[in-house]
Amino acid sequence: MTDAEELRTRTRRLLTEHPPATTDRTDFLKARFDAGLAWVHYPVGLGGLDAPRALQAVVDAELAAAGAPDNDPRRIGIGLGMAAPTLLAYGSEEVKSRFLRPLWVGEEVWCQLFSEPGAGSDLAALGTRAVRDGEDWVIDGQKVWTSSAHLARWAILIARTDPEAPKHRGITYFVCDMTDPGVEVRPLRQITGEAEFNEVFLTGVRIPDAHRLGEVGDGWRVAQTTLMNERVSIGGARIPREGGMIGKLAATWRERPELRTHDLHRRLLDLWVDAEVARLTGERLRQQLVAGQPGPEGSAMKLGFARLNQAISGLEVELLGDEGLLYGEWEMRRPELVDFTGRDAGYRYLRSKGNSIEGGTSEVLLNIVAERVLGLPSEPRNDKDVAWKDLTR
Amino acid sequence: MTAQTDLLYSETEDDLRAAVRALLADRAGHQTLLDRIETDSPYVPGLWKSLAGDIGAAGLLVPEALGGQGATHREAAVVLEELGRAVTPLPYLTGAVVATETLLALAGEGGPAVELLAALASGERVAVLAVPLSAAPDAEPRPGPTVAGVADAAVADVLLVPRADGLYAVPAGEATIEPQTPLDLTRPLARVTTEPGSGTRLADGDAARAAVRRGLLAGAGLLASEQLGLAEWCLEETVRYTRERHQFNRPVGSFQALKHRMAQLWLDLVGARAVARAAADALATGSPDAPLTVAVAQAYCSRTAVRAAEECVQLHGGIGMTWEHPAHLALKRAKSDQIALGSTGRHQDVIADLMDLQAPV
Repeated sequence: MTDAEELRTRTRRLLTEHPPATTDRTDFLKARFDAGLAWVHYPVGLGGLDAPRALQAVVDAELAAAGAPDNDPRRIGIGLGMAAPTLLAYGSEEVKSRFLRPLWVGEEVWCQLFSEPGAGSDLAALGTRAVRDGEDWVIDGQKVWTSSAHLARWAILIARTDPEAPKHRGITYFVCDMTDPGVEVRPLRQITGEAEFNEVFLTGVRIPDAHRLGEVGDGWRVAQTTLMNERVSIGGARIPREGGMIGKLAATWRERPELRTHDLHRRLLDLWVDAEVARLTGERLRQQLVAGQPGPEGSAMKLGFARLNQAISGLEVELLGDEGLLYGEWEMRRPELVDFTGRDAGYRYLRSKGNSIEGGTSEVLLNIVAERVLGLPSEPRNDKDVAWKDLTR
Repeated sequence: MTAQTDLLYSETEDDLRAAVRALLADRAGHQTLLDRIETDSPYVPGLWKSLAGDIGAAGLLVPEALGGQGATHREAAVVLEELGRAVTPLPYLTGAVVATETLLALAGEGGPAVELLAALASGERVAVLAVPLSAAPDAEPRPGPTVAGVADAAVADVLLVPRADGLYAVPAGEATIEPQTPLDLTRPLARVTTEPGSGTRLADGDAARAAVRRGLLAGAGLLASEQLGLAEWCLEETVRYTRERHQFNRPVGSFQALKHRMAQLWLDLVGARAVARAAADALATGSPDAPLTVAVAQAYCSRTAVRAAEECVQLHGGIGMTWEHPAHLALKRAKSDQIALGSTGRHQDVIADLMDLQAPV
């Protein structure tokens, strides 16, 4: 068992042997990975020390105090948050050794090829085909809403391997090489004017069977590992009071007395209370997790986050009046990072419309709360035992 | 509200609606608009001439004796419902309603106002009032040679400029018009600067202020009809899509949670239609109730349109978030309309005053 004191010692040794001030950033990150200090709860040899996850904070604090570079986690969030846990849980030793180090260091960016035009909320209905051909699989289909696809070296991909089976049982999970000549990435422009996402067209893409994660036909179960991590990362960041969008609105309110009206004041206070309650709910959830008592409140976080962001930014546009009628710029840009709170109020208003759609729509999440938390029966279903090929799409 | 308020549509109004709808479907469909907003100007070339000249919609508010169609706000409201449905970029609300109504208030004075009215009524010229789009009917004009946020100034031939000593008609060629980047891509905004003393004075201080108030009151009242049309399109399109879109082996519109939201929107639209008609009728009949009815229409229809557009985006799922789908045109228009011609709070304040429902001290 690795304890905090030992981690401190190891971290200081890393800092002594590879002084951040004189070490190349990537070299330092590789050394950190090899010292098992990348993610301490990962296995020895894969960037970790089999230590309790909570002890990562000890390492991070030591490194931050020494001014060590980090691996820019926002830029490689899909790799860290979604691909890595899945690779760890389902990858062969060879796959784990090949992919985890460059993933964590940030040398290789990852993206997620899950959603399709015809398979959003009903992801299990996806139609991208994977057909076995010798030692390879051949992939044909279209994916959509893919962040970072234009930057990615690798993708996690789910595709249909058995159209005769019910939809959940005919899916297989792969690692896809984004440099394959059959991969075409096109920007997908959003209502904000930006193209944060992509459409990805897959035509005759070849994937070696060695890059399959989990059993053939077991891809849906594998994907649950990925998706659980996505929802936590979307709703789970720690924020201070008036952090996030309410802070922007509150600042505008304080700085611009001439914009204030009774109507807006009432609504501002309603939202301020909601935002503070959401902050405390998140804080309580975090304390529960640390205490080893994870609760179902996690499902509520993303729902509340989406509703609040939309309401707050909508009110901010109204508050700004003349300025609310304007927009920064419509030129199509390809931002490298998703930014919910940046730019102007109009941007925030439009971008936050996606918060109740991306990573699980609010409607689907409410069903999850109703069925899994409250134990209410699901609506009668006619899609679970039917062969995928016989579903109406 | 008086017993005579007519909240229905006449046969003439139905015919007018059909003509406008056919014109817009033919010439200014959503795909056309999505293409146009990528250019310097979202206005479809020649469309104003067809609507104003061929259909005669520009002169609906103007009496025949002054060169117009001699119709009323009720008919203009129907045109605006259709323009709202199609989110059409045209200087109709700004030119054929606000500017025209402002000039009508001055028609008794004869002279240049009357001449300009005839040109506006035929659609031969376009005038817009040089006030911010956000200006409420009771707004105090802001002094200074530059006014920002003026809608449709880009296609105006004449700017009606309120100044301390009266209302002036300034040819667009004598003004500086700098485009701004609007949230609503289908209603261009500009910063308009005119030289003090430039143009022709149409009326002096008090008459000018009253005329501007009247123009903006008509604009606010008929904006409710634009919002109604927009909300109606959002609901229809959402119903159509959710009937077709299948997830979980069934149309997503068959899920009760979604059905109820669309049914609720329909209920809101029933209310929006009643109050938008009431506002148009009150303006048409010159009812003393008009300021109250207009305020009620704005307070209600602004939020109905925003909610309908937001639900349209959400219930379309991912496709509703894309630039290629027209839902965002409606969303941006609805959000801008919420600020246009007075905020909800301002209209509520008017109701509070007129109905003696005072705020706590």
